[in-house]
Amino acid sequence: MRHVNATLFAVLVNKDWRHIMEKTPKLRKAVALISGGLDSMLAARVVKDQGVHVEGLNFFTGFCVEGHTHAIRNRKGGKRNNALWVAEQLGIRLHIIDVIEEYKDVVINPRHGYGANLNPCLDCKSFMVGKAREWMEHNGFDFIVTGEVVGQRPMSQRRDTFPVIARESGANDRLLRPLCAKLQPPTLPERKGWVDREGLYRFSGRSRKPQIRLAETLKIDEFSQPAGGCCFLTDASYTAKMKDMWQARGERSYDLDDIMLLKVGRHLRPVAHFKMIIARDEGETNYLLGYRNRFHHLVMTSHGGPLTLLEGQLSDDDLSLAAKIAARFGQGRDAAEVSFLAVTPDGPEKRLSVAPLKPNQISDTWYL
Amino acid sequence: MSLHHLDVRNLLCPMPVIRTQNQVADLAPGDELEVLCTDPGALTDIPAWCRIEGHEVVQSGERNGEFFVRLKVAQSSVFY
Ligand code: SF4
Repeated sequence: MRHVNATLFAVLVNKDWRHIMEKTPKLRKAVALISGGLDSMLAARVVKDQGVHVEGLNFFTGFCVEGHTHAIRNRKGGKRNNALWVAEQLGIRLHIIDVIEEYKDVVINPRHGYGANLNPCLDCKSFMVGKAREWMEHNGFDFIVTGEVVGQRPMSQRRDTFPVIARESGANDRLLRPLCAKLQPPTLPERKGWVDREGLYRFSGRSRKPQIRLAETLKIDEFSQPAGGCCFLTDASYTAKMKDMWQARGERSYDLDDIMLLKVGRHLRPVAHFKMIIARDEGETNYLLGYRNRFHHLVMTSHGGPLTLLEGQLSDDDLSLAAKIAARFGQGRDAAEVSFLAVTPDGPEKRLSVAPLKPNQISDTWYL
Repeated sequence: MSLHHLDVRNLLCPMPVIRTQNQVADLAPGDELEVLCTDPGALTDIPAWCRIEGHEVVQSGERNGEFFVRLKVAQSSVFY
């Protein structure tokens, strides 16, 4: 804005607008990937402090560790979205983009394989930077900023994988990593003087100390530091459930409901051909109720207890076994008999009463 | 000015804020949008997004066990 005013003023006074336009530096624009964590916050801030116009991008893959499970379990929760919070602190716009569909291919067919669990970090980074490049081109921005630090993560943030991300995303040297830029060859924004390389950093390795020191210098005293990774694909128990789902289906596929349901409730597979999802509290029961038109389910009628969704083809014996297991998780766990209403998605209902299984009859191997 | 509605019930955060953001992009300054949702997180996210963009939250709260946020689209972007 200041540039525009100054230019207009100069035009009015001097009338030599062409000369002035040439002299007035163009306001450069950067799009920053904002995860909600500290590193991307610092990276965006460092570039913004150099006078660049910065806007944030945040991608929703469906696996993001955001407030879901919290919101499901605690209706009063209202946990904040960290990416929005960061954007507000920085005073930048944030565009949250739904990439659920396109991201499936990244998860199902990663070219560079997986990390410790089902996390395709290198493909994921290339995908996200690639989406940022498309956004940059579409919106007339000049470069991309990420909070990556060389050596920080075993798969995606390594000296030898940095060029892979730059190349596969198509961002090439319009990709600036301010926190470790001084350890990398100068990128276009540095060479062109859009940012001052001297004001960038040389952080490397897994230590968080340099970032925390920089946060202190910049007077950022509140930030979130996700442990391990930014998504559920790094979580061993989550991905075990996902692998089980793929195996039971005989194919690697998912939709948003599938991956949401993997975050909710206890998952047990007592027999190969069916699975139970048992709510852990009232919030989860309410959430699972939203799926009652898609799943066979058990409603406990004689006692207070959780809703149970059933996935698979169940015979009468299977239904009885499922009810005996579900009874264990309600207030009638020590009663002689617990009653249920078994409901199919098409509506027909069936009443059944069973004796709850004893704790030692619930095999550990049933838990996913 | 006209009043628009967005139903994002049963969607979990951040979907409500994504849908809000996408719909507001098609509205005119001064238009109002009432978002109906079931994830209480939206009561935090949508107002945070509005503060960033300069939109006004006219009213928000709980109604029949569901939540709503009514916002008024800013006259001009706070960023340009
Ligand atoms: S942890 Fe998840 S979101 Fe982060 S880079 Fe790896 S796959 Fe992508």
